[in-house]
Amino acid sequence: MHRWALWFVVDAAAASRARVPGAPYQGFGCMHAKTMPPAWIELRAPARGDSTPELHAGGSWRIANARQLDRELMRLAVPGDRVIVDMAALEALDTAGAWLLYRTLKLFRTQRKEVALRGARDEHQAMLREVAANDHPCEVDPPYVPTLLRILDRVGRATVDVMKAARDFIAFFGAVTVTLMRCVWRPRRLRWTALVFQMEQVGFNALPIVGLIAFLIGVVLAYQGAVQLQRLGAEVFVVDLIAVSVLREIGILLTAIVVAGRSGSAFTAQIGSMKANEEVDAMRTLGMDPLEVLVLPRVLALVLTLPMLAFFADILGLLGGGLMAWIALDISPVMFIERLRQAVSLWSFLIGIIKAPFFAALIALVGCYEGLQVTGSAESVGIRTTRAVVEAIFLVIVMDALFSIFFSTIGV
Amino acid sequence: MSVVDSRPQQPIIRVQGLRTVLGGHTIHQDLDLEVRRGEVLGVVGGSGTGKSVLLRTIVGLIRPAGGTVEVFGEDMATLKDGERRACETRWGVLFQDGALFSSLTVAQNVEVPLREHLRLPQRLMDEIAALKISMVGLPASSGAKFPSELSGGMRKRAGLARALALDPEIVFLDEPTAGLDPIGAAAFDELINALQRRLGLTVFMVTHDLDSLDTSCDRIAVLAEKQVLLTGTMHEMLAHDHPWVREYFHGPRARAALAAETAGPEAHA
Repeated sequence: MHRWALWFVVDAAAASRARVPGAPYQGFGCMHAKTMPPAWIELRAPARGDSTPELHAGGSWRIANARQLDRELMRLAVPGDRVIVDMAALEALDTAGAWLLYRTLKLFRTQRKEVALRGARDEHQAMLREVAANDHPCEVDPPYVPTLLRILDRVGRATVDVMKAARDFIAFFGAVTVTLMRCVWRPRRLRWTALVFQMEQVGFNALPIVGLIAFLIGVVLAYQGAVQLQRLGAEVFVVDLIAVSVLREIGILLTAIVVAGRSGSAFTAQIGSMKANEEVDAMRTLGMDPLEVLVLPRVLALVLTLPMLAFFADILGLLGGGLMAWIALDISPVMFIERLRQAVSLWSFLIGIIKAPFFAALIALVGCYEGLQVTGSAESVGIRTTRAVVEAIFLVIVMDALFSIFFSTIGV
Repeated sequence: MSVVDSRPQQPIIRVQGLRTVLGGHTIHQDLDLEVRRGEVLGVVGGSGTGKSVLLRTIVGLIRPAGGTVEVFGEDMATLKDGERRACETRWGVLFQDGALFSSLTVAQNVEVPLREHLRLPQRLMDEIAALKISMVGLPASSGAKFPSELSGGMRKRAGLARALALDPEIVFLDEPTAGLDPIGAAAFDELINALQRRLGLTVFMVTHDLDSLDTSCDRIAVLAEKQVLLTGTMHEMLAHDHPWVREYFHGPRARAALAAETAGPEAHA
């Protein structure tokens, strides 16, 4: 069953659909013998001992009848050391039918029987010859590798791949930094139009989705916090909960994750399809640096807009939380703001915003890097896009953890 | 060169008044075409005249906006799902780059239609797959290989083996020689000719290759001005005076291809 696991699933689904109690399984399609003229095979054994047994093949020996013929031929036992195969009643013969016939003749020969063909039409003989000329068995499945070896192989490959990717990514980061420095030195080299366009794409156009998600998370946080804190009679601390969590962590983290899914993937898909289409190579031959033309505007656009998006998310998160606190706990907006000013320092807000450009650079660099790794096929664009999103989100969370350690060490 | 039936010519494919609209553009308008049983029909036309669209419409990948497509005497539009599938098992399609399933080996690819439409024992399917792989001229060692391990020409052959898996009556070929070097293209033409003759296939071939047209096709259909402008043999094409047809069949490339023909006309008379 392991052999064709995929097809097993397909077949099982087809079987459950097609099987009617009492009715034989008829396959998913409709190419069954019912709609085709029948095929038959008949062994006319000698009445007396001295005559030769005759095997009569007739009807439509086509692939639709192959299953039935195969079964009957397998059961066939011809006595004696001579046999006559009579094909006079054969109406149609395709390569599958010819193969079954040829295979039977071959079997007779290995049984050291003397075989005589009778009544074969020219075209049927030609078909038999065609099949005989192409009797070259071949392997069907890929070479089998033992499971343990396969696991080891995969682990080894994955390890080497990760190491290589890390090395290449660091090299890419360096190259982008050098390009950035060159552009800082000569700002006219920077593609301002592309930068503004990308800022609109990744920043402005992301406002609705980022805002909505932040607002809803604020609502959820306030409600869940309210339920827990009410039991302790500490309802008012729900404001602290919302403020600290939204400003320090959730606002920026959510924004980064949404942007990684939205813009990081777009970077990979855009650059990747250009790479697959040889546009990136064309660019190089025209003396343009893809890092400067494609990568830098995207990285800068995200670094500039993600802090603003995070700020927007903070505001809407607080709004959502405030609204819920008002509804569920009857904390009025005035009380909410009053409590907010006591609960959070400017630092809580700054810690969130400081992280934004770092996350932005990470997301954009991963997106562009994966895009440039695309090779040839459309399939590769898909694989790289998925990878870019997963890697970006993973790295953002790792970096967030590192920031937490850093901030707690310096004590803010 | 093909075995043409002596029975009265009932077309195996009949397209009448076909209208195809894609993305707001009318590709075909009142297009009529007949393909006879047992012939090799080459479809030519400039880029964007909808040659591949016509092929895709006949095999049912594109829904026509008007007109009828009859294959095996059945109107494709009025068939029920089951009847359609039955028809689909009677033709095979070779896409440009083979369109092999990349996660399956070549032999497994050939077995896909067998598995889908028939219930054959695995051993018999393996035997049939090996037979088809050999018939298209691939070495037995390619059976267990994945499509990505094959060259372009071998992928096309593997695609042809899959198209032939169910012993179809019609084979549709979409630019069979595109992307092959001249030697590979000539070998592929030869293969199609040989299989067509031996299996009695009807072949519908979209092509740009004048050599293929000359060596393989019994008749040629020229697509222009949203219709089939004319159909006929190579000689009729050469005699026709439509500007596009003249330019196509009398251009420098055509002359080179046809020079080979005049050098040895008996080779495929």
